Amino acid sequence: MSDADRDRANQGDGFERSVDRRALLISTGLTAMAAVSASVAGASTGFVERLLRTRFTELSPERKAEILADLEREYSERYARTVTVADTPPMDGVEFAYGLDIARCVGCRRCVYACVHENNQSRDPQIHWIRVLRMEKERGIELAESTAYYEPELVPEPDAFYLPVACQQCRNPACVKVCPVKATWQEPDGIVVIDSDWCIGCRCCMSACPYGARHFNWTEPTIPSAELNPDTHYLGNRPRPKGIVEKCTFCIHRTRKGRYPACVEICPVGARKFGNLLDETSEMRYLMREKRVFVLKEELNTRPRFYYFYAT
Amino acid sequence: MDTGGAGYREVKTVTNHDRQPQGEPGGDRLLPGSASLAVLLIVFIILSLLTLFSIMRGGTGHVASDAGGTKAFSPIDFPEIDFDRELMPEVADGGAADAEGTYLVRQSLAYEDYFPCTDCHAEMEVNRERRQLEEMHDDIELNHGPADRWCFDCHNPDDRDSLRLANGTLIGFDESYRLCGQCHGTIFRDWREGIHGRREGYWNGAKSYLLCAHCHNPHAPHFQAIEPLPPPVRPQFLRATAEEVHDE
Repeated sequence: MSDADRDRANQGDGFERSVDRRALLISTGLTAMAAVSASVAGASTGFVERLLRTRFTELSPERKAEILADLEREYSERYARTVTVADTPPMDGVEFAYGLDIARCVGCRRCVYACVHENNQSRDPQIHWIRVLRMEKERGIELAESTAYYEPELVPEPDAFYLPVACQQCRNPACVKVCPVKATWQEPDGIVVIDSDWCIGCRCCMSACPYGARHFNWTEPTIPSAELNPDTHYLGNRPRPKGIVEKCTFCIHRTRKGRYPACVEICPVGARKFGNLLDETSEMRYLMREKRVFVLKEELNTRPRFYYFYAT
Repeated sequence: MDTGGAGYREVKTVTNHDRQPQGEPGGDRLLPGSASLAVLLIVFIILSLLTLFSIMRGGTGHVASDAGGTKAFSPIDFPEIDFDRELMPEVADGGAADAEGTYLVRQSLAYEDYFPCTDCHAEMEVNRERRQLEEMHDDIELNHGPADRWCFDCHNPDDRDSLRLANGTLIGFDESYRLCGQCHGTIFRDWREGIHGRREGYWNGAKSYLLCAHCHNPHAPHFQAIEPLPPPVRPQFLRATAEEVHDE
């Protein structure tokens, strides 16, 4: 065999081998994709389709309706009861704000569990959107010295005061800035929302949030069917999958229909206030005018919509 | 906000004069002896092993065994608390469209057991004397403001179904806030604006509110301490409970 022949043969060999490899790669890739999509589709109908869609804010109204109907079917099937998934839009001329009277709060944690009840947080592993911090009256607001695990017989304790912390719904939200896939954004009424179909679970937002307000579903959340709140919102309290981040949405499914958030209504001392910042007659405007108001970690320039105040 | 954070920590400066000469002058032992080095090494190894073990065990940190946050509770564990909080029918009907806002009072005061008071008191002679009540209402413990406070500061001796303001105006029990507002003016104003006390319903529409006496016993108005719901699960125990779920 001449050198030229040998070269040609080698080339041919190489060509054939590369074809083989490509075919192999394609076939294994397809098999893997099929397997993954089959298993995923088996887990929840329409999930793959939702993965392939565009982001929620850019969907046409028809497509949105289809997706919501899909979700309703999926949840109703999974929890064996009728679940509604709304996408109630923000109201015109409304910007929400929240007030919390720390002179009144007794630290009873009714709000924490009312929130779990209302917003379908995982029962086990437990997720709480509200964390009540106990602080010493003598030391004042000292986050580093505070504890969330206090457990006395009765509250309030004479030497302590309490500071419930949940999402502060910042006007300048660090969590939104860091999200690599824009799965979280600020709505026109000020609520910072998460699209849990779009979230990739990278948890950048959790490390960016200075309030510890975001929580991660490390495992598949468990909610007994009987305990599920079937009145849900796409951007709020609909059942979440494993591996995504969630947080307080000012009870978006309630407040966009005019209701107070669940934590406001459960508070036995009436320390929680909620209203429209753009309405001069609202409770929020009154308290911001008349009371000593502050925000948490003001120096970070997050500009929260959550105001703590002293009524006395 | 964080007033204690900017600490004025005492800074100790070491000048050359303070510095002690290192090692024995002229001595050849600048390093500690090998025996003390060995002891240090052993202590170091033991400490690092202990840390390693506690990490591998998924250590629970410095949590006392009786400290809160080891068990997960869920709203269903507290059947005595009504988390659903149905709205009053009038408020639900009014809804968000009710721009003027319907303000309704939830009527479920303790006095309903007795009301109307004239059932008994119409037949009775008025006794204006300050005394220890014995046969009836002996459960009332007066702890409200000055020690010389007495029933007829607020109750109307001539018709017990009404209350009486300081200026003699008679009002119904459903207007008791006017009575409280005589002294507690600033709180009354806050309550009227929705800052003091709780409201339920629609932030932009109909809502129900509570009277002073719903939360404060008028005879001893200081807010009574209540039992807190349990704390959240500490992260180190969270993992344990999740694993239990998966084992099931």
